[in-house]
Order: sequence, then structure tokens, then C-alpha cells
Amino acid sequence: MEPLKPNEKINVEEIIKDLDKYEPRRRGWHWRERAESQEMGPFTYTNISKPLTNSVPLPPAKYFDGIDPQPMPTITTEIASGRFEDDIRRMRMAAWHGADHIMVIRHMGQSHIDGLMEGTPQGIGGIPVTRKQVRAQRKALDLIEDEVGRPINYHSYISGVAGPDVAVMFAEEGINGAHQDPQYNVLYRDINMVRSFVDACESKKVMAWADMLQIDGAHNANATAREAWKVMPELIVQHSINSRFSEKVGVKPENISLSTVPPTATPAPCVYMDLPYAVALREVCDRYKMRAQMNTKYIDSSAREATVTHVMNMLISTLTSADIQSTITPDEGRNVPWHIYNIEATDTAKQSLIGMSGLKDMVELKKDGPLRETVRDLKERALLFMEEIVECGGYFKAVQEGFFVDSAKYPERNGDGIARKIEAGVGVGKIFERDPDYMAPVTAHYGYNNVEQYGGDPKDPAALIGGCTFEDRSKIVYIDELDETDCVARRLENTAKYRDGHTIKPEMEWQADGTIMITMCLPTHKRAAEAAALEIGKRMGLVSPEVISREVLQEAEGTRIEMKGKIDFDIDLDTLEIPEEPHYMSDAELYHEFEDVKHMRVVCGTVGEDEHSVGMREIMNIKHGGIEKWGIECVYLGTSVPVEKMVDAAIELDAEAILASTIISHDNIHYKNMKRINDLCVEKGIRDKVIICAGGTQVIPEEAVKTGIDMGFGRNSHGIDVATFLAEERQRRRGERE
Amino acid sequence: MKRADDFEERRKHIANLSDEELYKRFWELTDMVVDPLLELGYKNTTPSVERSVLLRMGISSLETQKIVNNCMDHGLMGKGAGHCVYKLSKIENISIPEAGTKLANGEGWDVVVAAFKGGK
Repeated sequence: MEPLKPNEKINVEEIIKDLDKYEPRRRGWHWRERAESQEMGPFTYTNISKPLTNSVPLPPAKYFDGIDPQPMPTITTEIASGRFEDDIRRMRMAAWHGADHIMVIRHMGQSHIDGLMEGTPQGIGGIPVTRKQVRAQRKALDLIEDEVGRPINYHSYISGVAGPDVAVMFAEEGINGAHQDPQYNVLYRDINMVRSFVDACESKKVMAWADMLQIDGAHNANATAREAWKVMPELIVQHSINSRFSEKVGVKPENISLSTVPPTATPAPCVYMDLPYAVALREVCDRYKMRAQMNTKYIDSSAREATVTHVMNMLISTLTSADIQSTITPDEGRNVPWHIYNIEATDTAKQSLIGMSGLKDMVELKKDGPLRETVRDLKERALLFMEEIVECGGYFKAVQEGFFVDSAKYPERNGDGIARKIEAGVGVGKIFERDPDYMAPVTAHYGYNNVEQYGGDPKDPAALIGGCTFEDRSKIVYIDELDETDCVARRLENTAKYRDGHTIKPEMEWQADGTIMITMCLPTHKRAAEAAALEIGKRMGLVSPEVISREVLQEAEGTRIEMKGKIDFDIDLDTLEIPEEPHYMSDAELYHEFEDVKHMRVVCGTVGEDEHSVGMREIMNIKHGGIEKWGIECVYLGTSVPVEKMVDAAIELDAEAILASTIISHDNIHYKNMKRINDLCVEKGIRDKVIICAGGTQVIPEEAVKTGIDMGFGRNSHGIDVATFLAEERQRRRGERE
Repeated sequence: MKRADDFEERRKHIANLSDEELYKRFWELTDMVVDPLLELGYKNTTPSVERSVLLRMGISSLETQKIVNNCMDHGLMGKGAGHCVYKLSKIENISIPEAGTKLANGEGWDVVVAAFKGGK
């Protein structure tokens, strides 16, 4: 396919064409590389990674030439709305914001499906992971990674009763990372434990061949236990079992990553509680990588609160270590994540990690006191836990006796752990002992394999069949669709008109879903506020309005409501009036106007009771690209200038223009001041002699003009905007311009 | 199991271990937990392991499950489902995918069973 163009949408129809011929361009995981230069804009960093060629920087970057420094940890975002084709566009947006690990959540129930799913049915709670879906997304990510200039890791799950099937498909399709942890199957999916571990040997062996990064599932104990901070010793045990097991199957330690979550959240003193755990875990599992996940157990519907928790989690990542910084969308407590929240979460990670980068060069964790005492305590408890597993007769016995996910802090036990029977669970009775002549003529097969009976080489069993799919891709059987009604082609037909560039609808999850969110403060108690919000939604014409977050401001005084709903109309871009981009006169034109045609003197100041001067100085000062640059003479009257004084100064100095800065906007005082300047000029008979301009962060140009002045300048205005206006207005008054 | 906190009692034998000794002991115990699990994987197979073998042999996912089910019905899982396909392709001199399709359709199993009984 043609490379992506930043100003054009990715063509999803093209992506899904000819997928039978698609071949992944590489295998294996990619870590970010340290930038050769740690200088960027006016700053010196200590550990940033190579910059992107195309990206969206953090909002304040506009003050620093748009720099977008990238932290060292890989940044994960989880995307799976149920329609993979719509997720592709979200992946592109996330990549532009700095995500380079795209994780795809599986369709609910896929872990109990005995075999590969095929085609592209719509999913619930995730997407059905199939060869076609995986190829389409990997193909799209190939284009996106070229566009942003950094390899993107694509990731999903190898679990459930079809783990080895999925592992093989992922290896064939160049998937870069996957979750694989048999303990997860056992504890949370009730899959027979013997089956889970036998399958895991095969899955891990295949992953090792494909050089995939493995992430475990131990953090789920934290999400499941009632009082999550008490399971810290067990978390260390679970991480260690899966990591060591994987290493012994053949996965190299640098491809084994723990999925670790700071277990607590506020109102607990969470950093004080979570930091020793993070230190203990990293010291025990020092051979492996750390994927720092964020705490989700305690997040509610407030996106602000979830974001703060996540930032505190990243303080722990910074004070300890994180090879991968995962993100959880802050709207997870209210709905299936929306586009905008994947981007928010990615930005939160980038902002936090860049903001705290270099911290450890200045701050060091104490080597005594409560930190070290708790670290030692946790390590001892983890060791005793492991010791008791051995004493009771091994892992399966321990699971059977409910050792895991007990809510007490080990060695105390509350008797509420998840217990599974050895002879039970999904897939029980499906374990078969290999005979002496057992044989499998394929690469990356774990365990006993008698290829010698056919003269085969144990180092290359697949040679018996002239190579398997791992050596010869042409042997892979690609299946396109199994259901002609529940498939991507039908879904794209239904939304085709929203991809022609003429018609749009807002969207949060899926193309043209029409969903919007409205935030409001209702001055009443929570229940009334909720009902009132729904009524407002109905009268605004929203379809299916639903309150998704409610926060008490004060029980009688007010409630903050966030509401979602759908609109049932389209916006036609062809008939839409889109205001023109502001235009600027060239340096030459401006020098000519103010130096050759006629000198201009202006009086400037911040009006009203206001001591702000930064904005005004930026507009005037030559150093900041202000209007002095083109020869305009600025007479600065200072701050808190009464409007009368501005007008009198204009008369006294024979100034051609008044530039008033108006920052304070309470009760529309900024517009009232503009009107007074205009009225005073009229009163004193100089209105036709002066150009009146006002600016400030809360100024809306159209509203400013309504007060009678000539122009208003809002947020993000610069000297060039003002100089252009002054020149053009002067030319208009001379009759040289419409 | 319910149990009161007996940490102070239980830790006595490790209380004097250095951090390094504690680390070493922890991983020795972990090895003792995982080694039997690896042994299980070495000696056994499952329907999904066999399906994954068939996939690597170039057999369609629509056929892998049928082949494995038939393999279980014929008591041949101990030989390996991939082995059954390989055997049939050798005996009948047909390709691996052709042998796979036959076995998925329930054909050729008598040949495979007989061959294994004969020890070939």
C-alpha cells in the first residue's frame, strides 16, 4: 500500500483487501532506543528515547517549537471496541500521541472456544481475535509505524483452551507480544489446571521461537482479592512461578515481563504502601522485565480521579523501574473505553514520564527504615508461601486447597481463596500421555518427540515434512470469512457514507456512533440532578441519554454530571461554513507599511484592576515576535491602567491605535471595559483617528467587535496577528482595501 | 483453610538469612514448584497442543478439531494427531493437506490404526 499521508484518513477498505497475500515484515519485540542527543528545544534531558517523525506533542509544546520528547519506557494502550476496523483509526491516533504497544482485548468468552476463531464477527467486551483481524491490524500498524517513525508492538492474549492454536497463529502472523500465564486460566477461567500447564509449555515454546515478549497475568489476583494490598506476597509468588516456568521452557529472560500493578489507591496512603512492594518485586524478579500496569481495582466513574491514581502509579514506576508503562483508559469505570480516553491515557503516561524523567539522578530510596523493613517482610512472606506450596505437595495441591487469592495477608488465611479441583474445570480428561512412538513433525514443539523413528533430526523435526508453516509461509491456510452477514464487509457498507469525506457524525467508539458527552453542573442534590440531566438530554434531542458520572459538589448546592447520548443527524461538510484560517501579511509587506508608508505609534496597557502583563508584553516585545519587530512604536502604560488614562494617553501622544489587554473576565468586565474605551473615544471625538484592539485569554473576537471596538484577539494570538490587523485596518481606512 | 497470623513463628528459620540467601532459597523453592509442571508438559499432550501441531503442518483450522476428535475416538492421541496425518500421507503417498482432509472427514482411520498396531 501507499504510505500514509498525515492529512488523509487511513483507508480501511484498502487495508482489508488482499489480506490472503499479506506477510508480516518482522518478528519479535522492539524496545525504544535511547536518543543520541538528549538536547531538545531549550531543554537537556537525561534519558529520552529517539523522537518520532510525526506526532502530536503535549499541549504546552507550542511554547517550545512543538517539541515532543519521548520517554524510554514503551507505552501501552489497550484498544478493542468490538469492531477491529474502527480500532485501526484509534491505533493511528494513539501512535501519534506516543503509544508503541497496542494491546488487543479478546472477545468475551473466546478463552472457552476450543480452536481458532476465523472471519471478522463483531465482538463484545473485546474483539474476536482471528487471523484475518490480526493481519488487518498488523498491516495497518506497518503503515502507521512508518508514518510515526518508530516500530509498534502488536499484542494480544494466548490463553484459554486454545492457547497453543493461538500461539501458532500469532507466531505465523508476526505478533510481537502476548499475555501467557496458565495460572490465569486456572484461577479465573476455571480451565483444568493440568491442561493449562501442558498447553502453556507448548504456547511458551512457540512464543520463544517467535521472539515474542510474554506478559503474565498475576496482577489479576490484585484485582480480585477483596483487600488487594494483602495479597502482595502471593503476587510475588505468582509472578515468579510463571516467569521461571517460562524461562525453563525456553523463553529468554529479557522476553519475560511481569505485569505488575501498585496494589492500592487513595484514600489509602498508596505510595507508602505500594513502593515497598514494587521494590521487593523488582529485587526478587531481577532477571525479568517490568510492565507497570495501573491500578483499576478502585477506580470509579471519575476520569479525573483515575488519572491522578495513574500518575501516582507512574511515580512508583519512576522511583523503581518500568520497561513498559501500561495505561488504563480513565473512563474504564463507566464504559467500554472511548477513542478520546485512549489518547488521554497515552498522553498522561507521556507527560508523567517525561515530567519525572531524571528524578532518580537526584532522589534515592532510603536504605533503612520502613521501606527496607517492609521489603524484607514481603520477601520473607513470599518465600514462606512458596515453601508451603512445596510442603503441601506442589502447585496443583496448593490450588486445590485454596492457597491463591485468599484475602488475608499470608501466612494468615481467611479461607476465601479460589480453590479448583485437579480433576475438574473446562477441558478436564483431555490430557493424554505420549507413547514411546509419539511424534510431531513441526518446529517449536515442546516435550518428547520421537522423530528418530523416521530418521528425523530432533533438532529439526519439521524437516520430515519439508518444513512446517514456520519455515514455509505458503503452507498457512488463510480463511477469509465464515459468516457473510456478521463480518467487516457488511459493517463497512453500513458506514460507507461516513468515509467519503463529505459527511460526519461524532464518534466515541465506532464509526458514526453519534455519541457525545456533556458535562454540566446542576445546582441540586444528586438524584434530582441526574433526573434533570436526563430531561435536558431529551429536550436537546439526544437519543438514549444516560448519566455516566455524578459527583457531589455539596449535597444541597450542586452535582457535577457527565452524560452521554447520541445525535441522530449528520453534518454535511460540503455545506458547512468553515471560517478561513487567519492569514498573515509577510514581513516585507509589514515593514513597507510601518517603515516606508507611515510610522505608527500605539498605546498599550492592561486595563482595569489587573496586574497581568505577560500577554501584553508578548504582543509588543520584539524578543517574543511582537509588533515592535515591524517598526511599530509601543508606548506601554503598565498594568491596572484606568480606561480613561488609555484614551487620554492616545490623544496626548497622537497614537494611531489603542491596544488593551483584558485578562479578568468575571461578569464580562473585559467586554464592559472594551465598550467604555470605545464610548470614551467617541465622546472625545477621536474614534475615527484610532484603531481600538483588545486581547486576552477569554476574549472571543466576534464578541469583542460587538462592543464597538475594531478587533479582539483571543488565546493563542501573536504579534503577527495584531500587526497584520493594524496594517490592514489602516489600509482600509485609507480606502486601499475592502 | 482459615489460619491466624503465625508469621513470627513461621519465619524463625529464615529470619537470619541474608538478603542474598533469601533470594537463593526463594528461587530454589520456585524451581521445586515448576519442575514437575514442566515434566507434565514433556510427557503429555492435549487436544489444543495437537491442533497447534496440525496448524503448523499446514492444515486448516476448520479441520484441526475434527482430526483431533477422530484421533481421540480412535485412541491414538498417545501417537500424536500430526503423526496420524504424517502416517497416512506416507502410506497412501498423498500430501499432508490431503491426508488431513481425509482424516478430518473420518476417512483413512482404519489404515492409520492398523499401521500403528503393526508397529510401523
